[in-house]
Amino acid sequence: MKNNILIIGGGPAGLEASAQLQRMGYNVILIERSAKLGGHLAKWDRLFPDRVPADEVLGGLLRAAEGVKCFTDTDIRAINRLEKSYNVRLTNGITVLSDAVLVASGFDLFNAVRKEEYGYGIYNQVMTNADLEAYFKTGNDKRIENPKKIGFVHCVGSRDEKSGCRSCSKVCCATAVKQAIEIKQAFPQAEVFCFYMDLRLFGRHYEDLYLEAQKEYGVRFIRGRVAEVSENYDGTLLVKAEDTVASKPLKVTLDLLVLMSGMRPSASVKELGEHLGMMVEEDGYFSVRSGISAGQRSPQPGIFLAGAATGPKTLPETLADARAAAMEIERYLTEIFPDARNYKQLVKERW
Amino acid sequence: MVDFGFGLVPSSRINLDLFDKEKYEELAAMEPDVRICMACGSCTAVCTAGKFVPTSLREAIEAIKNANSEKALQMLESCQLCGKCSMVCPRGINTRHLILSITKVYSKK
Repeated sequence: MKNNILIIGGGPAGLEASAQLQRMGYNVILIERSAKLGGHLAKWDRLFPDRVPADEVLGGLLRAAEGVKCFTDTDIRAINRLEKSYNVRLTNGITVLSDAVLVASGFDLFNAVRKEEYGYGIYNQVMTNADLEAYFKTGNDKRIENPKKIGFVHCVGSRDEKSGCRSCSKVCCATAVKQAIEIKQAFPQAEVFCFYMDLRLFGRHYEDLYLEAQKEYGVRFIRGRVAEVSENYDGTLLVKAEDTVASKPLKVTLDLLVLMSGMRPSASVKELGEHLGMMVEEDGYFSVRSGISAGQRSPQPGIFLAGAATGPKTLPETLADARAAAMEIERYLTEIFPDARNYKQLVKERW
Repeated sequence: MVDFGFGLVPSSRINLDLFDKEKYEELAAMEPDVRICMACGSCTAVCTAGKFVPTSLREAIEAIKNANSEKALQMLESCQLCGKCSMVCPRGINTRHLILSITKVYSKK
């Protein structure tokens, strides 16, 4: 009989790893704390850089993971480390004896309310990237009624030490450029502005997306962080930034402002970390055995990590990470785990 | 009257609400490449005139987009159309052509 593997988190990383491990013949148990599988992907409309429908990608992941035992609305109540395995009690009353645990707890979007100067939750016409994505998906949002001037604010809750978010979230630049194009497609007469500090369009086809936004859609990119937003009497927004290329303060009146909320460690990290005895780094993400050569192995033998649990990642990076984690788990369960007599020694040498 | 030396200084702030969209679209129709400048500054770095008189295509494009076409014209006034900027532009903008078009569109009163 093949080993039990518990996967925590039913987003893209958890689904991909489930599918791979099931293919290898393992007995996979996937738990998801919310009511639905798919994580943030289930809430997104289209994906950068090629604007592939998110539903298609998620559909593929779900089909591949068919047959995996899934428990939604389920969390971990307690975990005990036995000799080699983990005894996991779930909130649904079930207990799982698992030989390997994969943590794919993902990320949360930065709560834009915390950047009060941008007025999210205060001014009606300020929304987030997730709100806009929901609008693209459903076509419903009272805030969007033929807007003439639209702004995108990059780095909301990223590269912002004061908000406790020092690092770059990696995905927002490309998302902003994608959404700028999509809003221009929806409202061709609108003027669209992107406020950025650096444009971090590092991936394949990302630069093409940037060029397309400039060339085909006339999106204006302004280097400078939005510093202040206020509401005019007519409900429009007065936005202030510095154009740091021109070295001059700048103001513009907008009908809609979209905040690119960055990636934050999942709120579940703290609890999970305590359960699993796993270290969290200063940035709030789980630490790994080696950031270069063992990015899917936690410092605890038998506990693996995949996806945004170890820092911001794009979707293809997350999926590749999940496949790599599946390989690492297979290696552990064939090379280290079965040898009961030398287990401790092998862990020392090979973990 | 004693002159205290106070006066009104015109705001140097960029006001994008004053941006002339129609005129810009007229330029962009003639010269779509005006949209793809990424403000790298290569043109300004090699500008022969720029060594002596403030001359910068990068700044001119920026000024147009920031509703200050007068400054844009000023920035191109001393251009001698030598074409060094077109050799270094990483996005392959036909800079000489663009400079002539900017002058044409924005010199019209």
